[in-house]
Amino acid sequence: MDQERLILFTGHFGSGKTEIAVNYAIKSAQSGQKTILVDLDIVNPFFRSTEVKDKLEECGIKVISPNFAVTTVDIPSLPAEIYSVFADKSSKVIFDVGGDETGARALGQYFPYFRQEHYRMYYVINIRRPLSSTAEDIISMMQEVEQKSRLKVTHLINNTNLSYETEIHDIIEGQAIIEQVSKSVNIPIEWTAGVSELLDRLPENIGCKLFPIEIYMKPPWQQLPQGKPFRAQN
Amino acid sequence: MSKVLMKGNEAIAEAAIQAGCRYFFGYPITPQNEIPAYMAKRLPMVGGCFLQAESEVAAINMVYGAAGAGARVMTSSSSPGISLKQEGISYIAGAELPCLIVNIVRGGPGLGGIQPAQSDYFQAVKGGGHGDYHLIVLAPSTIQEMVDLVQEGFDIADQYRNPVMILGDGMLGQMMEPVEFKERKPRQLPPKDWATTGWKGDRPRAVINSLFIDPQVLEEHVQRIYKKYEAIKANETKVECYNCEDAEIIVSAYGTTARIVRSVIELAAKEGIKVGLIRPITLWPFPADTFSSWVERDHVKAFLTVEMSMGQMVEDVTLSVGGRKPSYFYGRTGGMVPNPFDILDEIKKIRGGNR
Repeated sequence: MDQERLILFTGHFGSGKTEIAVNYAIKSAQSGQKTILVDLDIVNPFFRSTEVKDKLEECGIKVISPNFAVTTVDIPSLPAEIYSVFADKSSKVIFDVGGDETGARALGQYFPYFRQEHYRMYYVINIRRPLSSTAEDIISMMQEVEQKSRLKVTHLINNTNLSYETEIHDIIEGQAIIEQVSKSVNIPIEWTAGVSELLDRLPENIGCKLFPIEIYMKPPWQQLPQGKPFRAQN
Repeated sequence: MSKVLMKGNEAIAEAAIQAGCRYFFGYPITPQNEIPAYMAKRLPMVGGCFLQAESEVAAINMVYGAAGAGARVMTSSSSPGISLKQEGISYIAGAELPCLIVNIVRGGPGLGGIQPAQSDYFQAVKGGGHGDYHLIVLAPSTIQEMVDLVQEGFDIADQYRNPVMILGDGMLGQMMEPVEFKERKPRQLPPKDWATTGWKGDRPRAVINSLFIDPQVLEEHVQRIYKKYEAIKANETKVECYNCEDAEIIVSAYGTTARIVRSVIELAAKEGIKVGLIRPITLWPFPADTFSSWVERDHVKAFLTVEMSMGQMVEDVTLSVGGRKPSYFYGRTGGMVPNPFDILDEIKKIRGGNR
């Protein structure tokens, strides 16, 4: 796993940050690392990492959620508990940040802490999302995210997908466009993410490490355990 | 055009723009905020106008004005906001103006909650505002269908000079699916010669009005609108029947709930229980004839309506079934989404005579 203690996942709205952050947290915990996941998403009302809190806690991960997340309050406010992750340096901390510059704004208030410690800030890209299909659009959004968060993106992730209709050519096209982004802003592509059935079929020369993910964010008609309504257990 | 991955709300907004909508007036409310946010970003790029009004009441009256001037115009909101818009909606229906109104339903009553619900069915199909009128109410159940029905909805509104409502729910608004914006064949639409675009003396003055002081004139006006509704019933009713051949229990559901019922049908089949689905796509006009056509079949033992409400559409189902077969209801409310296994349990209870 990465050396840095503070790991941030940012990106365009709907780029798949949450899914990747959840998978990353589980991998981190499985490697024996004390892990905390901070749901910093102030944009999405549902499909948030807090919804899989049970699963994460089963893996030994501590989840810090906005006050009232997945309840009926429109604007989740951020709990003071978040400050504790900067004080106690024994855990790896994964920040699942809300989409676009709007979501990145939530990071701004923690700037003094990020300045004191090395952090790794991923920028997750899915070129099949609206307004992010060209290198120019991606770069312009990424720069807005950097401005609002007052932090610098350190690594890119290709998470190009069409949900359950993803084909490997989607991922390959994504890789080509994100390579243009990478060259232009001089930030490396760290991973190509996707479900393993697809990643296994990618050509060898894809050029970066693979990050196989499991899908945790599901609509309620897909594989709900018996007797459980679709709702996070707070 | 290749597919893109979109949230339901974004897909509605993009579909409207591609259908030629250039005016959006609204006021923010969860869980539909991605619609105004997308419109605010995109409309200026295509020469349109996005305006966040000071309230829902103002927004719907801006829609009234723009529709009266012949523009393709829309607004969107969620349950409490749609309640605020009802007066304007009644005026728009009375003045026979085409527009698209999107309701991404959340739990109610009152401010309720922000999680998905279907408890605005009565409001959408039985009036909502005052007076004798109907909205044409379309209920998509996938993001692709949202795109298709938004585009179709604008055409239907123009063809009949009647407001159209897209009735979604928070789940459909928030979930992401791949969608395609297909080339579509637009309908042959009548010219908007009634629009108030400025009277230059070359035609009779166009008047947009819903006030008729003389009761006889008002009655004639309403009766004429109701003749139009008969044509809409005959031409625009849409419904999907799935797995109904040989079905013992026919479940009726729309929107998100219909997706859940499809999972239930699979689960039931594994246990040898034959379950079918009647999914109304137009909630008004309601596909009553489709229910009538299945009700007489011997293999159909009972009807079950599943909703994210305390039971609203079930009244139309029961009316259509007309006492010829039993009609049951199962629902969750307040933003709770029914679990497929719980629905299956209801089906088993009905089969076992325990309901």
